[in-house]
Amino acid sequence: MAMKKLLTAILLLAGLIPGIVAAVEDMTTPVRIGLTPTFPHDQYQPLEAWRLYMEKKLKRPVEFVRRDRYIETMDLLRLRKLDFAWVCDYPYVYFKKQVKLLAVPVHKGRPYYRSFLIVPKSDTKTTSILQLKDKVFAYTDPYSNTGYLTPRHELQQAGEDPARFFRKTFFAWSHRRVLEAVATGLADGGAISSHVWDTLSIGKPELTGAVRVVTQSAEYGFAPFVAQNAVSDETFQAVQRLLLEMETDEEGRALLRQLNLDRFIAGDAKLFKRIERVIRAAGEK
Amino acid sequence: MISIFNLSFRYKIPLWGSALIVAATVAVSATLIAQSYDDLRSDMLSSSASLGRTLAKTLFSAILQDEIWQAFEILRAPLHGDASVNPLRPEMILALDRQQKVFASSHPKAVPMLTELRRLDGEYARLADLVGARPEPDAPIIDFAGAQRIYVAIPIADEGARLGTLVIVHSNEVFLDRFRNVAWRSTGIGLLVLAVLLPLNWYWGRRTAVPLVELARSTGDVARGSLREPPPGTYAYRDEIGELYEAFGVMVRALREKAELEQEMIRSERLAAVGRLSAGLAHEINNPLAGMLVALDNFKRRADGDERILKTVAMIERGLGQIRDTVGAMMVEARVKSRDFVAHDIEDVQMLLAGEAHKRTVTIRIDSNITGPVPLPASLVRQVLMNLLLNGLQASTERGVVRCHILHEDQRLSIDTENSGRDIPPEVAAHMFEPFVSGHEAGHGLGLWVTYQIVSQLGGQIEVRSEGGITRFRIDLPTGEAK
Repeated sequence: MAMKKLLTAILLLAGLIPGIVAAVEDMTTPVRIGLTPTFPHDQYQPLEAWRLYMEKKLKRPVEFVRRDRYIETMDLLRLRKLDFAWVCDYPYVYFKKQVKLLAVPVHKGRPYYRSFLIVPKSDTKTTSILQLKDKVFAYTDPYSNTGYLTPRHELQQAGEDPARFFRKTFFAWSHRRVLEAVATGLADGGAISSHVWDTLSIGKPELTGAVRVVTQSAEYGFAPFVAQNAVSDETFQAVQRLLLEMETDEEGRALLRQLNLDRFIAGDAKLFKRIERVIRAAGEK
Repeated sequence: MISIFNLSFRYKIPLWGSALIVAATVAVSATLIAQSYDDLRSDMLSSSASLGRTLAKTLFSAILQDEIWQAFEILRAPLHGDASVNPLRPEMILALDRQQKVFASSHPKAVPMLTELRRLDGEYARLADLVGARPEPDAPIIDFAGAQRIYVAIPIADEGARLGTLVIVHSNEVFLDRFRNVAWRSTGIGLLVLAVLLPLNWYWGRRTAVPLVELARSTGDVARGSLREPPPGTYAYRDEIGELYEAFGVMVRALREKAELEQEMIRSERLAAVGRLSAGLAHEINNPLAGMLVALDNFKRRADGDERILKTVAMIERGLGQIRDTVGAMMVEARVKSRDFVAHDIEDVQMLLAGEAHKRTVTIRIDSNITGPVPLPASLVRQVLMNLLLNGLQASTERGVVRCHILHEDQRLSIDTENSGRDIPPEVAAHMFEPFVSGHEAGHGLGLWVTYQIVSQLGGQIEVRSEGGITRFRIDLPTGEAK
């Protein structure tokens, strides 16, 4: 009996030890967060401030890993090289089984954004994507909703074959670059996220000033923060709390202003119903 | 044009110099400009070639993967910044595919993607031909200068495969700007050089020309008979012009001496002729005169004290006596027998003149080195000395001094007299030794003529110099002694 008790104690201890070790590891191993062009992720200074803010709040090192292509970030998440990532709603829904929703940004009071169809300012005639037949079109990323899926879906709805509709298409691998491609005349049209448009119309008015928004799509759930499935609950909660509580302190609010966001909310899968429908309809899944 | 060649050296040398300087400056400036144009062009081509090779390498994978955005960024990367800072910065860069369609362009608005190169304009069509002529992967870099733009075409190739061509386009405008800059600068430097060199050239030209002009004028003067040397120091250097000046001086002096000699000869000949004429005349007059005087003397004795006859005869006698004196004075006979001249003769002459000197309050100072007898006829030398001193006395100012140096050496006797007083005017000096010419009112004008005749007959020379209020006579007589 005594033996059994001892064994139980040892087993308990043995069970505890990895927990302790894990907890110790957690505090020194960095939290790795992937950033994608779903927002202007190539601005160094504001993001560094955000990272330092996170380190301070989490009391842990935080690493930002920037990748231009959504699929690369998703791969890193699935390979557990990343703990969290801010990705587009399309890859989130697409790889739903491998990731968990961490937080959803709120912009202009709503956790939604849209896809904007843009053309150069000099093009005053175009009123619909259908008028861009045989033109050069710039997509953001094959895993982007607002910069790829939406315009293609629209063409499909109109009975066109997106693969043949344009004379030439290319990926610019970020919303900002699509904007630049259209502004410089490299492309005759492009599609970008309304959030990036809003943010750049403040930060780079010369870019947004050189293009014209032709149409706006319906609302989609905002590009979310996701966590890879293996992230511990503790870390998940700590990071989620950090994001949700950013609006409660002055420094956090200043960072949110830099990101052109109101706040983060926990969000839920319902926000992404529309994109799910579109993905199904577009047959991209 | 001929009139320019006829210009004075004073203008011609500076003008030619200026023309040469301007021509040289223009040539140097033009060379500088051309050189900088060439430099800029070769800089541009080599910088474009090196840029192009780098870009072509990175573009290869972008084109291979159909990454238009990446290609676009590669093409735009070298074009950041201000073109005015870097004149070598291309105006535009194009990436062409194998069909010479634009894969990507740094300026999509000007040259949109998928455009066919040869449809852009004539220059691009020409470029397309050049590029199309060498489609191989290791084709050389092509550079082609059109009227508006300069193109450098580099194959986009790797491992033996060619995907297209990179075209770097430069605007000629940048060239012209730089060219204008350099042109302005060289013009400025040229003007500066001219501003320094032209005055220098003008100064040097005049320096060279003025002595030549002066020499030409002096030569002209000589040709017209005025034997004047250029004033000393007109040209102080020992170069060819200096030598010319010196030779010119020598020539003028020789000419003047010759002219003076000729003058002198003419004068001596004239004097000799006058002397012969007067001596002849004197002889002719003297013989009847002597007869007349003898006859008159006889007549006087037979007049028996008739006062009126005696008075008349005496008057005739005085007149004839004056004729005899005058004629006697003109009859210079050097071949008289006389004793040798001795120091005592000098004292005699001084004594004889003491009265006259006292009357005129003029002092006579004679110094001589004569000790023994000088083999010259004493009567003639005394007469010469007398005449000279008397002449000096008469010409001298009041309370003046007449100096006389008598020197016997080297078989010569020289007598120098010197007195202060008015200078002898040149027109008088030319006829100084002719009879009845007098520098002053008192004399009858035969003294110097007689002196001259004596000196000439004794084989000596007489000369007169009168300047600065001092008149000098110098007589030089050979004594004919045996050595």
